[in-house]
Amino acid sequence: MKLASRHLLGLDGMSREEIALILDTAVSFREILDRPIKKVPPLQGKTVVNLFFESSTRTRISFELAERRLSADVVSFSTAASSVSKGETLKDTARNIEAMKIDMVVIRHAAAGSAHFLSRVVDANVINAGDGGHEHPTQGLLDMYTLREKFGKLEGLRVCIVGDITHSRVARSNIYGLITMGAHVSVCGPATLIPRDLEQLGVKVYHRLEDIIPEVDALNVLRIQLERQKSGLFPSLREYHRFFGVTKEKVSKAPGPITIMHPGPINRDVELSADLADSEHSVILQQVTNGVAIRMAVLYLLGTSN
Amino acid sequence: MKLLLKGGRLVDPASGRDEIVDIQILNGRIEKIAGNISLPTGFDEINLRGKVVAPGFIDMHVHLREPGFEHKETIETGCSSAAAGGFTAVCCMPNTNPAIDEESVARYVHEKGKAVCGGIVDVFPIGAATKGRQGTELAPMAELAQAGAVGFSDDGAPIASAEIMRRALEYSSMYGVPVIQHAEEPTMTQGGCMNEGVTSTRLGMLGIPPIAEELMVARDIILLGYVPKARYHVAHISTKGALDHVRKAKSEGMNITCEVTPHHFTLLEEVVASFDTNTKMNPPLRTRQDVEAMIQGLKDGTIDVIATDHAPHTIDEKDVEYTQAPFGIVGLETSIGLSMTELFHKKVLTLMALIQKLSTNPRRIMSLPTIKFAEGEWANITLLDPNAEWVVDTAKLHSKSKNSPFNGYRLKGKAIGIINNGTVALS
Repeated sequence: MKLASRHLLGLDGMSREEIALILDTAVSFREILDRPIKKVPPLQGKTVVNLFFESSTRTRISFELAERRLSADVVSFSTAASSVSKGETLKDTARNIEAMKIDMVVIRHAAAGSAHFLSRVVDANVINAGDGGHEHPTQGLLDMYTLREKFGKLEGLRVCIVGDITHSRVARSNIYGLITMGAHVSVCGPATLIPRDLEQLGVKVYHRLEDIIPEVDALNVLRIQLERQKSGLFPSLREYHRFFGVTKEKVSKAPGPITIMHPGPINRDVELSADLADSEHSVILQQVTNGVAIRMAVLYLLGTSN
Repeated sequence: MKLLLKGGRLVDPASGRDEIVDIQILNGRIEKIAGNISLPTGFDEINLRGKVVAPGFIDMHVHLREPGFEHKETIETGCSSAAAGGFTAVCCMPNTNPAIDEESVARYVHEKGKAVCGGIVDVFPIGAATKGRQGTELAPMAELAQAGAVGFSDDGAPIASAEIMRRALEYSSMYGVPVIQHAEEPTMTQGGCMNEGVTSTRLGMLGIPPIAEELMVARDIILLGYVPKARYHVAHISTKGALDHVRKAKSEGMNITCEVTPHHFTLLEEVVASFDTNTKMNPPLRTRQDVEAMIQGLKDGTIDVIATDHAPHTIDEKDVEYTQAPFGIVGLETSIGLSMTELFHKKVLTLMALIQKLSTNPRRIMSLPTIKFAEGEWANITLLDPNAEWVVDTAKLHSKSKNSPFNGYRLKGKAIGIINNGTVALS
């Protein structure tokens, strides 16, 4: 079994078998991460370029580690040090880098569709590391991996994504992936941060945490950006915390323990209380570890298929 | 010019004629119309059996980009595109640099139209409604009208201020010239680059809500009720909601008209999922329900005009991330093909009704003289082959820009020539 596409642009439209293939492949890479020597040879001789047009610490380091552990040659580049600041277009930047004979490109960009755009203008395999509010497929995959690790399955699992859904690529990749894998997905957030017609994607929409907390196995809590308040989408961080912040007290109303996830970085005591983030039910650090394994699996499957 | 148009089907909404006739043209004027004219010596015969003779088509909503953006289009390349597409006239929007907000610019554009392509395409400028299209002070409408402006609009941007819209309606009403509104409530559309709805939700892009168009049309209709002598035209209508307001206003006898673009009656918002920037335009592509409403509006007469919003942009300008790309597509050379394919061949409109929306109605709205098929009149004619099947090839467009989402489309029906101002162009 192989992936249908040469690129990983998103989970929208990806089949159940393909997602399962990535998750299963990641299991063996996850084992490697616990070995004293964490390096394996499959991408030896391949060059991977990480194009980060948006600041990111965790995702970039995670990709770089995954690439190096597969023995790829790695070049990373972020906007501050690039010619983009001199007005070069994305297309020119990408084609110039490709002219240096590279094999794979990992791209993070503020514009939705930028990974699709890149896949049309270069021959290398393209991996989307986040395109605007559209998708962040490796995050969706690592979240599913973490849930599957915890619960043994995704089918029938009840997951609620909490926060700013409108601007969240993490939410979208989770929604597409989880629904494809047979999970029940809901979202909870202020009406001003839930995009229009979201129900049509097969998602239940809630506006009160107390309505959904009794009915879920896991909460995936999104980071709230202060700039959304400035653009009039919610009144204040204090009010947000009181009504949409996930706290120990609110979670205690559930009949059993609820698994807490967060894509990071956390605003402690804003969208998620510190004690809950550090509690035994939090899998936030496992998400980070699994992220490396998932990225190794994706790089491996794409990089060795041609 | 000595021509005999032989055996074509004349379809003329102004006179109601729909019959097969021969038309003899001498030096640009119709010399004779009759059932069977034998070829006079020295005349060229054009065999039009199975073809249609129509009053010259006009696209009342194009962007010719000159002055200021000649790298996208010039009046010459725009007219060449219009001629190839079957149009003998265009009305061009004032969002040039400088804007068409004073008479010298209006005159320049109007005169330049006569100087290019043998003057076969009439170029009628639409003046800015406000100075610099800034929406704060009225442009000199009387001077602009005198210099050839046939309408007023800040197109590309709405006339957002209710006060300025009221005054624009009042002032323009003195000259019987319509105010053409790019209907968009701008406070609701910041950062949007596609229709707001399930597809924008799916793609994670900020949307342009349909309600932003509907609200502006509804507001303007209320203003028009307050200034009933004015004439108001909705540019590129795209939502069912706005169209319903227009229908109701028309039923109440108000001076309101509207136009739709071929892309808004053919394409659905779902095509944006390709992230092809040639699907990015403003107003954006809408939902199936809206497209069906456009078809219904064309059928029941709520929509008066088909106009393209021809908006050339270079390949480099369009070949960027979706959110960064400018709005707009070229349309002059696909308009008739799409209209014939989607409306005539699918039996939405008769040939007569279609020609009304591409010629008679827009000329009436812009107060241009009616084209007459009578001896002694200037020949202003579009020739159609309703059954010609062809494939759109954007590389072959006459426009300087190639930004069309219709590349590779199979269409049925096209213009095969135009005659105007004593010049003939046959394809």
